[in-house]
Amino acid sequence: MSKLVVEAVSRTFPGVRKGPPTRALEETDLAVADNDFICILGPSGCGKSTLLRIVAGLDSPTTGRVLLDGQPVTRPGPDRGMVFQSYTLFPWLTVRENILFGPRATPEVADAFIAKMGLRGFEDHYPKMLSGGMQQRTAMARALANDPKILLLDEPFGALDNQTRALMQELLLGIWEVDRKTVLFVTHDIDEAIFMANRVAAMSARPGHIKAELKIELPHPRHYTMKTSPEFSRYKAELTEQVRAESIKAAQMEP
Amino acid sequence: MFEPLKPVSRGARFVLGAAFFVLFLALWAALTFGGVIPDLFLKDPVYTLVTGYKLFAEFGFARDVGITVWRVVGGFLIGAIVGVPLGIAMGAYKPVEAFIEPFVSFARYLPASAFIPLLILWAGVGETQKLAVIFIGSVFQIILMVAVIVGSTRRELIEAAYTLGADSTAIVRRVMLPGAAPQVAETLRLVLGWAWTYVIVAELVGADSGIGHMIMDSQRLLDTGQMIFGIFCIGIIGLVSDLLFKWVNQRLYPWAF
Repeated sequence: MSKLVVEAVSRTFPGVRKGPPTRALEETDLAVADNDFICILGPSGCGKSTLLRIVAGLDSPTTGRVLLDGQPVTRPGPDRGMVFQSYTLFPWLTVRENILFGPRATPEVADAFIAKMGLRGFEDHYPKMLSGGMQQRTAMARALANDPKILLLDEPFGALDNQTRALMQELLLGIWEVDRKTVLFVTHDIDEAIFMANRVAAMSARPGHIKAELKIELPHPRHYTMKTSPEFSRYKAELTEQVRAESIKAAQMEP
Repeated sequence: MFEPLKPVSRGARFVLGAAFFVLFLALWAALTFGGVIPDLFLKDPVYTLVTGYKLFAEFGFARDVGITVWRVVGGFLIGAIVGVPLGIAMGAYKPVEAFIEPFVSFARYLPASAFIPLLILWAGVGETQKLAVIFIGSVFQIILMVAVIVGSTRRELIEAAYTLGADSTAIVRRVMLPGAAPQVAETLRLVLGWAWTYVIVAELVGADSGIGHMIMDSQRLLDTGQMIFGIFCIGIIGLVSDLLFKWVNQRLYPWAF
């Protein structure tokens, strides 16, 4: 049985000022197995974040439902940890205090994640004293220290520069290769999706739905040099074709 | 030198700030010693300072200052104790906001000084009436400003807390309150400044002590030196309490400054 099941979930936002309602997400099905790493890939505005927010319980689907371990999701909870694209550390808490925010985070676990995320020496710093990459590492540590059943990431490295982003990908992948925490990762970056995921779900332009799924059969542990391998290029060519067509549609929709 | 937003050094900041006071004093001295303004309307700086010394040494002005400070702090504290929790409830919970916001917005425009005759009728000319004026003047402002601060908590922080298992109570207690605290403290600093205005108004009418009472008495004697000294005292106490408040805030909330 799959760990996370998205069943015919769609989302329509009511119109603003008597305007027509916006259909952000077409009926979508998705199954995520235990210990799986799934990337949802799509152009901006395709509803991929909406889908993730519905899984997190931060938004409600117009139709359909989400099941986690057979239980329907109705509200946000600590079993679905989330890392956001924007910086969401609590500015009044230090790095360590942020990581300890969740109910299941213990000091030992916090220390372990401080070490894993390369945050040693910064435990007592406030978020405003950290770089963007460090803030996102702390945010990942905070979500993981609470030991969720599934980790949801909404373009977590989207605001970072390319070099930092590559390092963060390796860091998260390295942790996943050890812990095998179930991950649902949303991104618009094709390389990122292929490098990280076991399976990529490519979404169409708005109203979005999952248009194609592609299994990524690159061996683990993955090394950054894989990004230039022929297999990687083959996956990239295939996904680029899918996403490009949708990006063109998306761009025309938004004048 | 005049590059937008370019910071100045600490030393330069102090010198520039002090320079304005010096300039102000110089202008005052020039106008009074130079005879531009007659002695009757404005005493010169030296006379004012000597009068001030006499006020403290001979007329027990320290007691008036103490009483005024006590009234300001007392009325302001009662206003804060009532206003801050109400503001938090209003900022966090929309039904509370819908219930009290219209009334508070209306009450905010009722001038505290206009209540003085009524309050004298109700509470006499004692301390209760003085505290009530300051309370009325500050509480509605505090409620509204605290509500705005608490209500503008970043949505993403609340969502992040939800995904970490926080319930509604924890959202208010662990996210909204600590996030709003420094700005609430800044608001209180601002309102304390306004409380000074109300206390003097309250003391100008029906009081037998306090800085405002002394200013009123001096008017009867046409002693502009004393009046100006009284006003300056308020300014200096205000400045000191403001710096103190700022200093405490920066110590309490190092993450926000």
